Amino acid sequence: MDQPNVYTELLPHLFRQEYARMTALLCRHFGLKHIEMAEDIAGDTFLRASEHWALHGIPDNPTAWLYTVAKNKTKDHLRRISNFEHKVKDHVREDEALPEPDIEIDSKIIEDSQLAMIFAVCDPLIASESQICLALQVLCGFSVEEIAHAFLAKKETIKKRLQRARGDLRNGNFQLNALSEQSITSRLDTVLKTLYLLFNEGYFSKSGSQLIRRELCAEAVRLTLLLTGHASTNTTQVQALLALMCYQSSRLEARLNASGEVVLFEDQDRQLWDQSLIDRGNYHLISGCNGEEASKYHLEAAIAYWHTTPTGNYKWEQILPLYTQLQELAYSPVTALNRAFAYAKVYGNPAAITEVIKLGFTDNTYYHALLGHLYSGLDNGKAVEHYKVAIQLSTSPVERQTLLQEMGRVV
Amino acid sequence: MKEFALIFRLNDVADFKPSPEQMQERMNWLAGIVAQNKLADKGNTLLPTPGSARTVKPGNVVTDGPFTEIKEFIVGFVVVRTADIDEAVALAKENPIFRIGGSIEVREVLKQA
Repeated sequence: MDQPNVYTELLPHLFRQEYARMTALLCRHFGLKHIEMAEDIAGDTFLRASEHWALHGIPDNPTAWLYTVAKNKTKDHLRRISNFEHKVKDHVREDEALPEPDIEIDSKIIEDSQLAMIFAVCDPLIASESQICLALQVLCGFSVEEIAHAFLAKKETIKKRLQRARGDLRNGNFQLNALSEQSITSRLDTVLKTLYLLFNEGYFSKSGSQLIRRELCAEAVRLTLLLTGHASTNTTQVQALLALMCYQSSRLEARLNASGEVVLFEDQDRQLWDQSLIDRGNYHLISGCNGEEASKYHLEAAIAYWHTTPTGNYKWEQILPLYTQLQELAYSPVTALNRAFAYAKVYGNPAAITEVIKLGFTDNTYYHALLGHLYSGLDNGKAVEHYKVAIQLSTSPVERQTLLQEMGRVV
Repeated sequence: MKEFALIFRLNDVADFKPSPEQMQERMNWLAGIVAQNKLADKGNTLLPTPGSARTVKPGNVVTDGPFTEIKEFIVGFVVVRTADIDEAVALAKENPIFRIGGSIEVREVLKQA
């Protein structure tokens, strides 16, 4: 039994890894207008692989095999088009001719193509929810089903989102082969935001399978790492974002138990934290420091540092001012509530309750969950009351489960 | 806010090349300063090894390294930004260099107007 894992292990793995790269590489030659053509060729290549490998066994270098087949398919395709143009049309206009099918393949060109693709997909004009779907499909090789699963959305909804985003992508006329300084500066913010959301979707998502969530995180890290590999995109913000992802990833194993329920920070088994990822986080946090800039990513990475460092004696005293700064820089209810949690750790629950009530996010699950937590031990009646509202407001079964558990501790 | 250079010194060249654990502790210490928004300059490591260190003196005298004259030699520096020197000293105290017999000199940086 040598071959059965072609279908279950090797192909899906290679598909994830190479489909997006292959599409990016082909798009670089055809232009984004022909993205579907590039995807067809990449898809055909994998189909051919699944047939051929099942009969003849896995080649010594599967990746090289795939690229050779893709290259030949591209040549055939272009030859067919050119035959058609010559025979059917009377003349071929110069500017409509497709580029020569001389596709160079090396790891540097593949990386450059992918980098360009990230910037193409992160068009500021595409709505952010569509952008993440598009990123998952085009950059990470996720299927519509997998995306729908990750977002707990209907396949049709995701399809529509993707169609709209792809329309924008084709019309955008983005030049893939020459990523200009200007497009880098104008789009890097959006790129970072997309990667940040992609990671969070995997890390905090209350839906989807654990496996898909872990892959989302890994893909976000892979793409961010790609940005650090190029001088023009290796900014301090990119380093800070990568530091944040490393710190968070170090706790991935510890924050879910065997049955997929969230393990609260204080109950986590620290032995399960991945020290090598913490070290990488430290490295990127230091690399991302230029002595001045403190972006949202810098602040969030700093907070994550205090959550992972073993010498966290005065951790909440360090975290509170960081949340205060973050709140001033990028206000959101979640940040305000997280800050209130840190405030409670520093100044005690009664003082924090006053702070939280002032915020008044009465239709927010986390607002009531936090009040439930803060009232516990002080006024258990009120604690249970707030937990109950939180459970009512929550839309996620996993979250409701966690809240029920917490409420159970009060009574 | 003021800026202070933390200047690291060691006694023994053999201690210069850190073990992975020492490196880890050092990075964790520095990351902690970044995570407090207190690192003004990452500074540099200064190689103390023969061939990488010379001292130039009046009268066209050049000697190898600073090793022969002073017991301790400088291996690097960072610059921190704190309210006062006590806070800078508190940061320095957490550094793992003391475990291998090193020392840290804390010096305020004169800010050019």
